[in-house]
Amino acid sequence: MTLETPLAIEATGLVKSFGETRAVDGVDLAVRSGSVYGVLGPNGAGKTTAIRMLATLLRPDAGSARVLGHDIVEEADAVRGLVSLTGQLASVDEDLTGRENLILIGRLLGLKRAPAKARAAELLEAFGLAEAAARLVKTYSGGMRRRLDIAASIVVTPQLMFLDEPTTGLDPRSRNQVWSIIRALVAGGTTILLCTQYLEEADQLADGIAVIDHGKVIAEGTPGQLKASVGRGALHVRLLDPEQRPEAERLLGRELGAVHTEPDPAALSVQCADAGRGAEAVAELTRSGIRISDFSLGQPSLDEVFLALTGRSAEEAATEQTDATEEKHAA
Amino acid sequence: MSTTPTTEAAMTPGADEAAVRKAIASTSRPKRASAASAALTFGWRGMLKVKHVPEQLVDVTITPVMFVLMFTYLFGGEVAGSTSAYLDYILPGILVMSVLFTTVYSGIALNTDLTKGVVDRFRSLPIWRPAPLVGSLLGDSVRYLVAGTVIIVLGLVLGFRPEAGVGGVLAALALVVVFAFGLSWVFTTLGMLMRSPNAVMNAGFMTIFPLTFLSNVFIDPKTLPAGLEAFVNVNPISVLATASRGLMAGTASAGDIGIVLATAAALTAVFAPLTTRLYRTR
Repeated sequence: MTLETPLAIEATGLVKSFGETRAVDGVDLAVRSGSVYGVLGPNGAGKTTAIRMLATLLRPDAGSARVLGHDIVEEADAVRGLVSLTGQLASVDEDLTGRENLILIGRLLGLKRAPAKARAAELLEAFGLAEAAARLVKTYSGGMRRRLDIAASIVVTPQLMFLDEPTTGLDPRSRNQVWSIIRALVAGGTTILLCTQYLEEADQLADGIAVIDHGKVIAEGTPGQLKASVGRGALHVRLLDPEQRPEAERLLGRELGAVHTEPDPAALSVQCADAGRGAEAVAELTRSGIRISDFSLGQPSLDEVFLALTGRSAEEAATEQTDATEEKHAA
Repeated sequence: MSTTPTTEAAMTPGADEAAVRKAIASTSRPKRASAASAALTFGWRGMLKVKHVPEQLVDVTITPVMFVLMFTYLFGGEVAGSTSAYLDYILPGILVMSVLFTTVYSGIALNTDLTKGVVDRFRSLPIWRPAPLVGSLLGDSVRYLVAGTVIIVLGLVLGFRPEAGVGGVLAALALVVVFAFGLSWVFTTLGMLMRSPNAVMNAGFMTIFPLTFLSNVFIDPKTLPAGLEAFVNVNPISVLATASRGLMAGTASAGDIGIVLATAAALTAVFAPLTTRLYRTR
């Protein structure tokens, strides 16, 4: 991409406090048009607050931002005319049917009655909800609700879409469906700002990622850069016989470097960037008569990214931050 | 209210990526909805809720029906000499009570919305800012009409024959609904400020219940101690009940009607901007 590409989001020094807590504490963001930008962080890190400011739902205490060229405070209404928001709680009306929800949004966006109905039918069909169209949303499963939520966001196709944790709480199958919808949106030219707790999700979808903690951006880059900078993947091995762990530790240490022994007496793990060398190491264990129950070679999790960036795990960060932040409530 | 994770999720086909792409490509942005059209759309949403969750309406209608029956037959003879004389007095009063109790539900409904994500969606739409609030109150006004009609029909069944006929009854009903529209802004403000729908319900009924009883809805205040009588006489609910009785009997004073309309306008002028502001900046 060249420097010419216009920025869809340009934020400088955004700050938002709730009482004593600075939920967002000086966030800068630059998101290219047509890209998917991931904002990654644990619960309570300030992701939702940041997205709510950009979607004009909250007024920043300090700093400024332009979304699609419009100031989020001065020209909030113009921004609202170009974006759509899929909130963390599914932003649909549980006491209406799926079809009624989509017609409602269509009418509010200015569609006449007949086109609003036609559009609702088209979207219900495309999102695999045609059969459930006449049922109240409160009877929908989590995945169906999410799909309806996203459908409601594209009743009129937005230029920019805010997605706040679109797959949290979904089973893997529903998660894959949501991902494929997001890919279709991107292919259609919509810019997406995606908040997520999952490194894998950001890795799958995003062109660029900002890692956020305590309301600040603590790292930024492509998924590849981020993973490379925080220390590769890890090989996890569980043995059938815990007695053999010291021997396994010695062998893995020789093959791959410093071995971490897990609290589980039969498990151990070691940093490993190269899948080939990982496989070789596992083969070496087997050759030496060490019996393996299971093993995996994974990319770093958000937890590992966090550990590397902040010296504490994402889970610890979430606990301490939800203690301090009333983000969800105040928002 | 429980969410049943249906097996259907596994059976229904998921999103069809090609169809999704087509759906994305197929719209242009329509002209924005006008303020009136947005508000009416929210009114329609309120109607749909009544259709899907009729229990709410039943709750608020059953209490006044019980009151009509109990008060008329228990106290009618003692208070007014005969049950039929008391029915003439109490029916317009209970009409007022029934509709005003329903206004608390406007606050509860708003607070319920706020605890869900749907308000975020509404607030992120390019629409006239007060539309969600004005629209739901328009929808609620239809519920007020239903609640009022139930009481009037019950009265007719029990032998209530107002002097001013159909015109008088409709005028009284209209006046009560206009006042209720003004009062419901108080409860939407409460709905913005309280933490849960239950808290709104408690605070709402704690306010509306004593205010209704300390009025002339049930009794003529002449027998009350002087201080209390003075309060009952200036209570806007008393004025509304008097005006409704007057309209039904064909003896309404323009002064009473004026006070009712002015009170409704004042409540709207103070609490509508307050609610809208809270809704916007929340």
